[in-house]
Amino acid sequence: MAGAEHELKLLGSTNPSPFVTRVELALALKGLSYDLVAVDLANKSDLLLASNPVHRKVPVLIHNGKPVSESRIILEYLDDAFPSTSPLLPFDPHHRAVARFWAAYIDDKYVASWGPAYVGKTEEERAEGMRQMVAAVEALEGVLREGKKPFFGGETVGLVDLTLGALIPRTKANEVLSGTVVIDDVRTPQLVAWVERFCELDVARKVLPDVDEVVEYIKMRLAQRATAADALKK
Amino acid sequence: MAGGGENKLKLLGMWTSPFALRVKLALSFKGLSYEYVEEDLRNKSELLLSSNPVHKKVPVLIHNGKPICESQIIVQYIDETFPGADASLLPSDPYERAVARFWAAYIDDKLLKSWLQASMGKTEEEKAEALKETFAAVANLEAAFKECSKGKPFFGGDTVGYLDVTLGGLVSWMHAGEALYGMRLFDATRSPLLDAWVDRFGSLDAAKAVLPDAGRLAEYAKKRQAEQAAAAAAN
Repeated sequence: MAGAEHELKLLGSTNPSPFVTRVELALALKGLSYDLVAVDLANKSDLLLASNPVHRKVPVLIHNGKPVSESRIILEYLDDAFPSTSPLLPFDPHHRAVARFWAAYIDDKYVASWGPAYVGKTEEERAEGMRQMVAAVEALEGVLREGKKPFFGGETVGLVDLTLGALIPRTKANEVLSGTVVIDDVRTPQLVAWVERFCELDVARKVLPDVDEVVEYIKMRLAQRATAADALKK
Repeated sequence: MAGGGENKLKLLGMWTSPFALRVKLALSFKGLSYEYVEEDLRNKSELLLSSNPVHKKVPVLIHNGKPICESQIIVQYIDETFPGADASLLPSDPYERAVARFWAAYIDDKLLKSWLQASMGKTEEEKAEALKETFAAVANLEAAFKECSKGKPFFGGDTVGYLDVTLGGLVSWMHAGEALYGMRLFDATRSPLLDAWVDRFGSLDAAKAVLPDAGRLAEYAKKRQAEQAAAAAAN
């Protein structure tokens, strides 16, 4: 239907955001069409503020006018609202619980370690952050090693694969900028293979931003922070 | 259904943990029987360490030998595994489910976090800032209650739902906190709907069966504070 608005609208960012990427991966996997609205987070639109008044963050998925916020919650919503294509969660309740556990772990332990590890104010904080990051990737390595399947979701990708897969460009960018590699052949060979496998997928090729783009974005943000810090000192 | 080992439920918990309490509440509202194991968190059992090797925390629900960790994940598991005769804890509408999950995450990530910081913060400044954030979170949750309940008694509507159980885990600590610090988390002026909800929820039989005594919790908190102060003084 030419000119018609889609029933699905995704509020994303003008800059690369792994959390927005997560939702785009899920939408692509489920073959869903949607309007992408890139919001300038330095100048938040009325639509964003109205759709997510509590957190004022992206991503927000608006489905027939109703907003859903928080990337992992959006992924579960998509599974509930569009159950017949590419389910993200398995059928068995125990396997679902395990998938939810690792999806939460990825944000609570892996993503949460980035700030302290890379921009922690003291050497202690950075060392502790790095220690947590290594522990997190080793735990995820263990899951793949025990599962013995190509993906966290088994033979095909699921919630955990999308949750972690969306973080690949940012992970690589972090490695480029810091000069330290956390996911490597020695420590985490299963994860290395999983990353390659994930990036080969059509949805990944379609959705994942280039590492260079993410590197440039982080550099810009770091420069902005340095300028702001200097301005405070004057 | 044959009896015996087919639906063995075991909960590893600790009586003061609001997270373990959430699971007890879910089991109670579903009318499920289970074996309860009280953990000494200073001397964790082999079973706890092997069932939750990643976080080594309670609660852990073990169902027919398989462990499930993290309170919100456990409650969803119970809901999906034991649909039961009554309404399920999570709504059936996908959008309402997403709203319930959103506020459940908010309760832990914003409300609980600020509330703890308001009493445990290292400086007076930190505590004051955390208190402000707590009241802001309460205001948001009050609005959420209005939206979710639609004029009915609970977040879940006529019957207790996922959010009631999630927030319910904090009810005894709310009373203990009031006794300890003179601060009522949901008071009649700032958050009248939530204030009424606390009493309403607490008076349900299924809740009364598992809610710990607020007086005991307050005594426990005082004891722990004294221990920590003594340890700090000794260093």
